[in-house]
Amino acid sequence: MTPLAAMLVRDMRIAVRVGGGALIGVLFFLIVVTLTPFALGPDLALLQRIGPAILWLAALLASLLALDRLFAADHDDGSLDLILMGRAPLELVIAAKGLAHWLTTGLPLIIAAPFIGLFLNLDARAGAALMLTLLVGTPALTFVGLIGAAIAVTLRRGGLLLAVLVLPLTVPVLIFGVAAANAAVVGPVPFGTPFTILCALTLASLVVGPFAAAAALRQEME
Amino acid sequence: MAIVELANPARFLSFADRAIPWLSAATAIAFAFAIRQAIVAPDDYQQGATVKIMFLHVPGAWLGMLGWGLMTVAALGTLVWRHPLADVAAKAAAPIGAAFTLMCLVTGSLWGRPMWGTYWVWDARLTSVLVLLLLYLGVIALWRTVEDPSRAARAAAILTIVGAIDLPIIKFSVDWWNTLHQPASVFRLGGPTIDPSILIPLFIMTAAFTALFVTLLLAAMRNEILRRRVRTLRLLQASAAS
Repeated sequence: MTPLAAMLVRDMRIAVRVGGGALIGVLFFLIVVTLTPFALGPDLALLQRIGPAILWLAALLASLLALDRLFAADHDDGSLDLILMGRAPLELVIAAKGLAHWLTTGLPLIIAAPFIGLFLNLDARAGAALMLTLLVGTPALTFVGLIGAAIAVTLRRGGLLLAVLVLPLTVPVLIFGVAAANAAVVGPVPFGTPFTILCALTLASLVVGPFAAAAALRQEME
Repeated sequence: MAIVELANPARFLSFADRAIPWLSAATAIAFAFAIRQAIVAPDDYQQGATVKIMFLHVPGAWLGMLGWGLMTVAALGTLVWRHPLADVAAKAAAPIGAAFTLMCLVTGSLWGRPMWGTYWVWDARLTSVLVLLLLYLGVIALWRTVEDPSRAARAAAILTIVGAIDLPIIKFSVDWWNTLHQPASVFRLGGPTIDPSILIPLFIMTAAFTALFVTLLLAAMRNEILRRRVRTLRLLQASAAS
């Protein structure tokens, strides 16, 4: 097994075994969505209109969940030093860790989204569009989050700071993700326009995220 | 004096000590002139006297963006050249830039109430400037969380460079999206669309605020160097006592 594959398997194993595993993210997602009708009132027409936005916001918050421990746990047990000294390029190792994080927190949400969407009166077409936008958009959330996780690695109470640092940077992903999901349901913009920009944001974050996170880790651990 | 020589904090301190009184005087004179110009500038035929809010709004926007731009250059200085003053400049610029960004948002909002009928719209230009303010506050929080200044500097530098992506978004938001905020009217192809009777006071006011920014930045950098010296002395004292 190559070092990158080993890292991927290790991180996924940790994510599944520690702290409730992948389902805790889905549970959080479900709770956030459930709270919304309590705050807004059970008006199904209104919920249908703002459903994609609620699901996207919930996904954004859920993606932050395991992020603060992503490097901090490795820092605490010393494996981060080994990773930094290892021969595998740090950027690729970080990308592998990001992929593992996405597979264990992002992917379960995407699978659950259409079902949770039923609570918000989303029909099959809207559910499919939402699933597609989440599938394309959530990797960007993880990979932008990597930067914050790397910056906050040695901090006490890093989790709170992480949210403050990362959330402003995720605004474009949120805008175009919700725009694309809404475009599929109500129009008038064609679905392709915001969707291709969302794809571009994700591709850019796949490159920028690992490099910036690697730079931050090298600086922090000096 | 070459910029290389200023890398020595002691030299920088003596330079700042000499420059700050002159800069303060220049700022005061520039403001005296600019405020007079702003008062005598005519009202707009549609907006009335509210057009004069622009004399605060535009410099706020410009210096808010200049602040982050400077921090980005300083961040490169920290990461690439390990310039000893770069992180001092970056740390000192953050609260000043945040204050000017806030000034831009508040004045814009006060102008928007009579002109657009609302204090706030979620338009691309307004939203991207609000994100800039949030980024400023995030960087300030990061500076305050990490105790070791050189460590904080490197973490903040990476965040600053990533956050710099917001600057072109702010600049071009009025071209890329159909915004309620007016499109570029000063620096555009085909010349400005503002009448010289208002444009010239605006330029003078912007120059005065820029002088204020430079003065505050130098003073804040001086304070930061002194604060670090105090910190080092305290640490030495504590380790000597133990």
